[in-house]
Amino acid sequence: MATDGFYLTSDPLGAKCDKKETTNMAIGRTLRPIVTGSSVLGITFSDGVMLAADTLGSYGSLARYRDLSRLLKVNDTTVAAGSGDYADFQYIARLFESLNIESDSYCDGHSYTPRSFYSWLTRVMYNRRTKINPLWNTVIMGGYHDNKPFLGVVNSLGVSFEAPTLATGFGGYIAQPLMRDAYEKNPSMSKEEAQKLLEKCMTVLYYRDARSWNKYEIATITTDGVTITGPMKLEGNWEVANYVRGYD
Amino acid sequence: MSSIGTGYDLSASTYSPDGRVFQIEYASKALENSGTAVGLRCKDGVVFAVEKLVMSKLHEAGSDRRIFTVDNHVGIASAGLIADARKVVRRARNEASNFRFMLNEAIPIEHLIDRVSGYVHAHTLYSAVRPFGFNLMFGSSGPEGPRLYMIDPSGVYWGYFGCAIGKGKQAAKTEIEKLKLQELTCREAINEAAKIIYKVHDEVKDKAFELELSWVGEVSKGFHQLVPEDVFAAAEQFAKDAVKETDSEEEDL
Repeated sequence: MATDGFYLTSDPLGAKCDKKETTNMAIGRTLRPIVTGSSVLGITFSDGVMLAADTLGSYGSLARYRDLSRLLKVNDTTVAAGSGDYADFQYIARLFESLNIESDSYCDGHSYTPRSFYSWLTRVMYNRRTKINPLWNTVIMGGYHDNKPFLGVVNSLGVSFEAPTLATGFGGYIAQPLMRDAYEKNPSMSKEEAQKLLEKCMTVLYYRDARSWNKYEIATITTDGVTITGPMKLEGNWEVANYVRGYD
Repeated sequence: MSSIGTGYDLSASTYSPDGRVFQIEYASKALENSGTAVGLRCKDGVVFAVEKLVMSKLHEAGSDRRIFTVDNHVGIASAGLIADARKVVRRARNEASNFRFMLNEAIPIEHLIDRVSGYVHAHTLYSAVRPFGFNLMFGSSGPEGPRLYMIDPSGVYWGYFGCAIGKGKQAAKTEIEKLKLQELTCREAINEAAKIIYKVHDEVKDKAFELELSWVGEVSKGFHQLVPEDVFAAAEQFAKDAVKETDSEEEDL
């Protein structure tokens, strides 16, 4: 019989070479992201942190879901913004939820800080990449705790760093230079200035990034806690479209 | 005891000739040394009050709790062997967490109690394990309204309107029966529960004790939590006053 000698094993890479125990059962891996979110942005301002993400869930190049929130309130001091595979981001959201419930069950009045959530997530991401089964996301985490802003990013490889301005994906090329420039000229911008900057960056991304969308949300984290506003609409200026020739 | 020396009480996997499992009955004895715990199911939630006997003055206040939070909407109050209780609370937390992870919904208390009681019951079936020496009260609030359950060492559970376990359970039950639980709110019931603990506390045999109070219901937005400091202080004062009153009445007689 053809199936003779095949057994299910939990040895995905076939390290054991004994024929009777070898399997040809494939082990499932994420080979590509399916529903994806494009760039997310983050910036620290004078007394807080602001994150922005559009509401699009792309299915390849198809703009399939146009009303997905990619900003996750993790607790009263922390927000996560996810780009990459949306299902994986939802999985991360559940991890945070159970982490919070566990932490609340101790009834000791303590909770995770933005930095500790972030540090914890870097271990999850690195652990998954070590299993050759990464979570396909780049996550920006922003928070405000102890009168200090926090802004960090972690990707599917577990690579992580903190910076006063951050952008993932295509935003790294388009928005990051704009944000750095603005930040260097005015390191302690007001909330309004920060919001204006993010709106500008989201607009430019909408012009240039084919996987972006003109609806977006903004999360603001200050001593007052977390507020997520939106979805707001990006108007943009399409005058230039009149000059385009040769495509009709 | 009739069981001693007969050889039928050595294992949880052996029946006595008249159909009893003595190890389970012994486990229930473990509860008689434990401070009282009271659970009240009122119209808008469930409240717990525990008389935590303090074994040493060197213990830090607030340590070694006997009330636990399992999930947002579920709390447990325990009497008996605290280490056994902790083990099962851990189990309950895992059940609740796994349910939430798979179903993206809070675990219904009926489901949780069924899972946990099955686990407790399993410890009455084998000679290699000892039945748990505790009673656990589960309190929850959810779409079905407030619920209160109690598991005993045999793994049996019942739903209750009011429940008392530990040393002073008889006296406490008598007090609970006087209450109109269906009409009480959590805010009122927390005072009553504290009062019962103070009332049944035996000052002669046990000296120091620490009061623990928690609630779950509309008053706490559906979350199980230790009551806020001001509510605690008010309830404790209410209890102390009530006990003082009855004491002076008795002196008058």
